Amino acid sequence: MSTQVPNSTGLPNLAPTIDPATAEFWAGTTRGELLLERCPDCQTVIWYPRGGFCPACGSFSAERFAATGTGTVYTFTVVHRGLGEYSGVTPFVIAYVELDEGPRVMTNIVDCDPSDVHIGMPVRVVFHDTGQGAALYRFAPA
Amino acid sequence: MVTIKRKAFIAGIYEHPRREIPDRSVAQIHAEVALGALADAGLSLSDVDGYFTDGAGTFGAMSMTDYLGLRCTHSDSTETGGSSYLFHVGHAAEAIAAGRCNVALITLAGKPRTGGGAGFGRGAAPEQSFEGLFGMSGAVTGYALAAQRHMYQYGTTSQQMAEVKVAASLHAQHNPHAMLTKPVTVEEVLASPMISSPLHRFDCCVVTDGGGAVVVVSPEVARDLPRANVTVLGQGEAIKHADNGRIDLTYTGGVVSGPRAFEEAGVTHSDIDYVSIYDSFTITVIETLEDLGFCEKGQGGRFVMDGTLVSPGGKLPFNTDGGGLCNNHPSNRGGITKIIEAVRQLRGEAHPAVQVPDCEIALAHGTGGSLATRMGSSTLIMAREGA
Repeated sequence: MSTQVPNSTGLPNLAPTIDPATAEFWAGTTRGELLLERCPDCQTVIWYPRGGFCPACGSFSAERFAATGTGTVYTFTVVHRGLGEYSGVTPFVIAYVELDEGPRVMTNIVDCDPSDVHIGMPVRVVFHDTGQGAALYRFAPA
Repeated sequence: MVTIKRKAFIAGIYEHPRREIPDRSVAQIHAEVALGALADAGLSLSDVDGYFTDGAGTFGAMSMTDYLGLRCTHSDSTETGGSSYLFHVGHAAEAIAAGRCNVALITLAGKPRTGGGAGFGRGAAPEQSFEGLFGMSGAVTGYALAAQRHMYQYGTTSQQMAEVKVAASLHAQHNPHAMLTKPVTVEEVLASPMISSPLHRFDCCVVTDGGGAVVVVSPEVARDLPRANVTVLGQGEAIKHADNGRIDLTYTGGVVSGPRAFEEAGVTHSDIDYVSIYDSFTITVIETLEDLGFCEKGQGGRFVMDGTLVSPGGKLPFNTDGGGLCNNHPSNRGGITKIIEAVRQLRGEAHPAVQVPDCEIALAHGTGGSLATRMGSSTLIMAREGA
């Protein structure tokens, strides 16, 4: 698992809305942990975090565990016209990364030339601190 | 008269026992009351095929269907304040009576007391912080993610996507109200600025003010009206969502809505004379044509080559008003113009240059939300009366 690194890409570190279902997930990101939830009844790994509720079987007892933090790019786009806080940081990459645990997670690919990103590319998680009790999970070439 | 009388039964109820719930998110409270009412009924989440909730805040049926992991063939986010849920029971009974769903779930949740927000206390949609912080501020990025995967998986090309825009532009040149009236070539589409790879500016719909409206009446009322000669043969709908992180970006909710609409209408693909296909982006059209069964999965790019979509003369004339790509996408919502142009075609009132000869049966398909996360898909099949 990766620890906190400076955000070398210049992407904005927007703060998430933290609620009772996601407080532990976001606390984990500040420790360099990408916490997933697994349902003990049906063994499904859950994404996005629902704070215990399992959408696969309706159980309310899912338990958190730390992901390996590695995966591959499922799809991506190089954004040439960003909006809002992202308007001044183009080009940048938005992707779905398929985690080794199964879920496909929306994120950014950082620390590489956008033109080098490709589907199937191995990546590992990095965390960019928002300074507000959470860090954004982004992915860099593994 | 067909009524809902004795066509539907209340099988389960549940009132959340707490009055202050600081330790739960609003979405979790939706889940708790859903599970409570289903347990009371002796049913489970997997039995639910119709879902109803209000539309306040950023919630709505799309977010909650995704959160709860439902697979629904009928959805309703009618928002009428505190009375919403009584509307929902009536609408659920109509849907059950019509065979559109069998188990309808209605939920309400909110935290105006401990949620820290004003108003109804709905908060942000539960997925917002897991999708909204990475620069997905415009629709184009999400559709670009889908296009990239479709190209990788099926060999679809930018040239093939451009063919969709070219066909729309050939139609728009005859529409004096269209935002863009100049025909474009495949080369011009590919030369337009890259917005979010692989989508160029000309792969994107226009941004327009405006609106539209539709009046639907009973057969008894229609009999006395001079222009009510288009009837609804069938409709199917679905919410396709992120599937607990197992999202597949290469198909749309059309895989569910299309077959249901065709089955209800009792027609086949060869019966369809004209299609209005939601064209927020060129990739939207290609995936939708595949999912509705006009070609095999993955063959949409090849299908649209050689003027397939051009009217007149193409095998499957589409969006003869110029569509969202060239004509109009009012309020960033193109669904109503899809219905309107299909009705024009069935009335024989499309522009003469693009009118499909003897157009008797038309299909209109809407895609709302995003190919990259969750979407509402609806397929509507209509016919000229007497056809």
